[in-house]
Amino acid sequence: MSDVVEKTLTALPSLLSLDSHPGSAKLSSTSKLGNLIRGITELTSKHEEEKLIQHELLAIKEQVSSPNTTMRQMKELMVRSIYCEMLGYEASFSYIHAIKLAQQGTVLEKRVGYLAVSLFLNESHELLLLLVNTVLKDLQSTNLIEVCMALTVVSQMFPKDMIPAILPLVEEKLNHPKEIIRRKAVLALYKFYLIAPNQVQHIHNKFRKALCDKDPGVMTASLHIYLQMIQENPEAYKDLTPSFVTILKQVVGGKLPMDFNYHTVPAPWLQIQLLRILSLLGKNDQSTSEVMYEVLDESLQRAEMNHNITYAILYECVKCIYTIHPKSDLLEKAAKCIGNFVLSPKINLKYLGLKALTYVVQQDPKLALQHQMTIIECLDHPDLIIKRETLELLFRITNGQNVTVIVEKMLEFLCISEDDHTTIDLVGKVAELAEKYPLKYNEWFIETMNTVFSLGGDMMQPDIPNSFLKLLSEGFDSVEEDRKLRLFAVNSYIPLLRGEPGKLPQRFLQVISWVLGEYSHLREDLEPAEVLSLLAKLLDMKNSSSETKSWVLMAMTKLCKGGADASVTQEVSETYSSSLDTVLRQRAHELQYLSQDPELRARVLPRGAKPETLEVDSSLSFLDRFVSEALAAGAAPYKPPHQRQEELDQSKALSLEPYGLSLPISMSSCSITDRQSPTLLSMSSGLSGDTLKLDGIKRVWGREGYLAQREPVEEAAQVEVPSPIQSPGRQGEGDSLHSQTPTQTPTPEPEQEKQQLASSLFVGLASQSSVSLMGKSEPMPQRFRRKAKGQGLGSSFIANEQISSSLISPPSAVDNLLCNNLLDSNNASELAEQTSQLSQSLTTANGTCHAEAELTESDTKGCNPALRRDNCVVAAGPGPHNDPGRLTEVCLDSYLPAELSGLSHSEIAPLCANQSLNLSACHVQKEDSLILVVFIMNSSESAIQQIPAGEVTSYSVAVGQYSLTVKRPAVHVEVVGTVSYQLPAGTSQSLQFSYKVPLTSFIRPFVVSTEEYGTMWLSFSHDTKQNLTLINDNQEPLTATLNALKKKLQLHVVEVIGMEGIVACRLLQDLPCLMHCRVNAGWLAVWLRSPVPDLPDCLIYHCQRALQSL
Amino acid sequence: MMRFMLLFSRQGKLRLQKWFTSMSEREKKKIIRDMTTMVLARQPRSCNFMQWKDLKIVYKRYASLYFCLGVESQENELLALEIIHRYVELLDKYFGNVCELDIIFNFEKAYFILDEFLMGGEIQETSKQIVNRSIEASDMLQEDDISEWYEVELFG
Repeated sequence: MSDVVEKTLTALPSLLSLDSHPGSAKLSSTSKLGNLIRGITELTSKHEEEKLIQHELLAIKEQVSSPNTTMRQMKELMVRSIYCEMLGYEASFSYIHAIKLAQQGTVLEKRVGYLAVSLFLNESHELLLLLVNTVLKDLQSTNLIEVCMALTVVSQMFPKDMIPAILPLVEEKLNHPKEIIRRKAVLALYKFYLIAPNQVQHIHNKFRKALCDKDPGVMTASLHIYLQMIQENPEAYKDLTPSFVTILKQVVGGKLPMDFNYHTVPAPWLQIQLLRILSLLGKNDQSTSEVMYEVLDESLQRAEMNHNITYAILYECVKCIYTIHPKSDLLEKAAKCIGNFVLSPKINLKYLGLKALTYVVQQDPKLALQHQMTIIECLDHPDLIIKRETLELLFRITNGQNVTVIVEKMLEFLCISEDDHTTIDLVGKVAELAEKYPLKYNEWFIETMNTVFSLGGDMMQPDIPNSFLKLLSEGFDSVEEDRKLRLFAVNSYIPLLRGEPGKLPQRFLQVISWVLGEYSHLREDLEPAEVLSLLAKLLDMKNSSSETKSWVLMAMTKLCKGGADASVTQEVSETYSSSLDTVLRQRAHELQYLSQDPELRARVLPRGAKPETLEVDSSLSFLDRFVSEALAAGAAPYKPPHQRQEELDQSKALSLEPYGLSLPISMSSCSITDRQSPTLLSMSSGLSGDTLKLDGIKRVWGREGYLAQREPVEEAAQVEVPSPIQSPGRQGEGDSLHSQTPTQTPTPEPEQEKQQLASSLFVGLASQSSVSLMGKSEPMPQRFRRKAKGQGLGSSFIANEQISSSLISPPSAVDNLLCNNLLDSNNASELAEQTSQLSQSLTTANGTCHAEAELTESDTKGCNPALRRDNCVVAAGPGPHNDPGRLTEVCLDSYLPAELSGLSHSEIAPLCANQSLNLSACHVQKEDSLILVVFIMNSSESAIQQIPAGEVTSYSVAVGQYSLTVKRPAVHVEVVGTVSYQLPAGTSQSLQFSYKVPLTSFIRPFVVSTEEYGTMWLSFSHDTKQNLTLINDNQEPLTATLNALKKKLQLHVVEVIGMEGIVACRLLQDLPCLMHCRVNAGWLAVWLRSPVPDLPDCLIYHCQRALQSL
Repeated sequence: MMRFMLLFSRQGKLRLQKWFTSMSEREKKKIIRDMTTMVLARQPRSCNFMQWKDLKIVYKRYASLYFCLGVESQENELLALEIIHRYVELLDKYFGNVCELDIIFNFEKAYFILDEFLMGGEIQETSKQIVNRSIEASDMLQEDDISEWYEVELFG
């Protein structure tokens, strides 16, 4: 502190003389801010500072609220308020004045006003709404500097809901003659895209215009938006690849003005942006990647200057090369480049080199081998960041042979790391590795997991203990080894409990109690009574959570045998049978009953039971009789919780604003009383479930039904699906392992220790064609046995010997499960294909960006709930149109199924075609559905077999119709489908198509009364508001506008009262959307509400379009 | 994308704060506290990058002032370092041999320069000349100024 004072004082004279300095700020010696700052620096204690600032704030407050304060003084006051806020003192009284300053000040004052607003408020602050008008006004200003300021503040913070109000003005700025305005407008739109993508989806074509702007600055700005959009949906922008490549070529070739250079490197930010875009476009796409090879090569060569910025470009280049479809000579150059990073003495570059290596070892594990000595050095680096990054790299190259060493290093790091985020992440990784290579004949696994549990504590991901217990209970292929593993776990836990169990994290205690309950009998010298008393001790601990307690009680239930243990269990069950926690109470009762009835216990909790498949009757059909009896006795039908919640909200809303409604009071009160009975009933049924008799009833349904989260693991283990494929696969692999030949041991070197570490870390990398990477379940093709030669090797090396000589590391259960799942889903989809009448699969997607995800989902499931297939395929005969040339869209009209021909249909649009098939489609609006009609036209000489719907003879048309529904609304609904067919030659082919339907096709009028409307309005939670243009061509603008909307969008106008109107519509038969319109200052203020998210947004978009097109 | 930029002194005094995404006051306070303690605790000669939650922190010290930039973790750290450097160059060009005191006493100017340089968490203008020209042009504006003059100065 003191040296600042000193510095300040010495610098003051020169500061005061700065006035004449060009560009330097003019700080007058009498400036109040200057006084304040000087005052603060002279203080010595925090307390004095606080006093001074409070005094200052009081003075400011007095002045800002005085009516005589000029805007000029206000500007100065704002600067002082900002300063106070920066020091951490609140000056909220000045917020409103900041807005006022932005509103009323001259340009210079406005600038400070806007700055203050952007520093004081955040996006959700309510005062921000007051800024909207100011921004609107400034956007329309003729003063360019005001426009710039408005755009800046808009991109800094703007209320999301108000974007539509300024969007047209910002859009307009894209055509502004000044480059700087266009650029700022693009960046403002980028910001909108980030916070509210729905609002700007209709102006994508304008982004393209910005991309083609003659000014490189505007083009650069537009790339931010493109990077974002391409990340979401690379497929849609593949056509732009050559343009991006050309731009990059020009930039690298130095074709841009000098202004864009940064330390003689041409537009580095632009280059990096382009490289990122290219890597997204070229990923898994050979033909697109080929377009960019040349320019990537050039970028690599050009960036040779030794400066941070060129390294930044190189790094991005390398990443791109390793992301896109590989090309060998580029890969070679990139690898060399990584070498430069890794070997650099500069620590920042080394860090980036490690990052790059981490990224590329997934493709090429040998690269890590080249740099092994550097990696070892980095592992011991004093800077934790470097160490952490190195561990990340090692994590990627882990295999069965080096896993112990790598895990050891990670655990070492965990012990010194203090950052929670890092701990959670690293603990997850260690657990993943340990479970992937459980080395079952080894105690290492248990020890590692113990460390994980005690270090990770309660922060770690909950699936870690779950999968550990699963692994333990499922066991491996050898009964004896399973026994050893479990016994070892038991052995390691007993001393922990005897020690200070209070220090162990809850999760670990839960794991311990489960394992002891299940397996402590394996240790013969251990009396159950002792285990019971150890467990009982856990119950008494103050910091045991009730979740842990229920695990402990469960374990005790498994252990108690009566006799000597009876007193402990009796005491415990008595204590908890009156617990307020229902779960604990339940457990205590179980404990009591089962400890008294050994026979029952043996049946309910058989010892050493293998996880077995349980058939879960999720429909709870065995309760049908109970339900029907209850209904017959006059009980109200069950309502699911969300429905109850909705109704509850509704009733709350009603009671809160009784006067705002036109509803009769009696009706609302009546609905409340109606509602009470089902809630009561469901509560009582919940209670009856709680005291379900345990004796004799087979537990067919897991406790999920009423004990959703507190499910004991014993249940979880039993519900697990067995994986029969596992064991034979593993055995097969085990056999093949034994036939492998050993490799030689490394020769001793001067730097023996490091060499040893290296050899244990990088073992298996060189000889393997592919390293088993995280998340992939490829079996390792080769494993090598290392001869155990005690040449005074380090302990880590010896540890490694042990593992490799025991030759294990079977693919983990996780992997197998993953694999099985994959297989299962494949089967499922095959099955679906076989059973479907026509092997044509459709899927609706929400906008283009989600298309793929939705597609795969429906593929694996085999059927999409959103799609109902009508299965109505009409194979029409050749008919009058024998000439292939004449088979045009016009003729397709006649193929429309008879029942649809009376209805209005969209234009029949061609979808796609190949040499044998032509696909066209249209959609027909029925009252209750939207029918998609697909015309499959055989344009070849020969008949085509449709599987199995029959044949489409040469030059004829088959028609399929599908009823579409919408799950989640989007502005356009895209339907993606595949037609698979067989040519007479027997070859199967498929043709993919996609078809876009505007949401409006799904909109149907919704006839409701005003009262019903009122009730619904309150119950809908998703809404949006926007101002629309009014049609002003006659006396009644409101009616005219509403009628226009009614005609275009098929809405139902419920009622028009004065300047307000209410309108209703729905998405097909369900999903209503209500619209409230009010004429306000020449605009139509529209408020939409719906129970469905996104529906209001999408609808407002179509309303806007509809009115614009008039 | 950048999330925030902080300038603080060796004593941990905040000199400038810029938030590019919406954040609550509590979050801001926590970040400022964490950043100052983390950055000030770094040893000399360690690397300029750090991990904080899911963010990458890139910092650099210029004389008595620390510049600290929080970026999303997929961002290029070296590039972020150069963003800091360019900002310092911009300050230097504007103030002429900038020192911490310039920024203390004229922090609003430092904000204006930052706003011309970065926008919405992305780079807006990298040219020293252009940023400086537009800042100086608006500084010179008088109360009754007309935009024509500004246009000539700023937009050439």
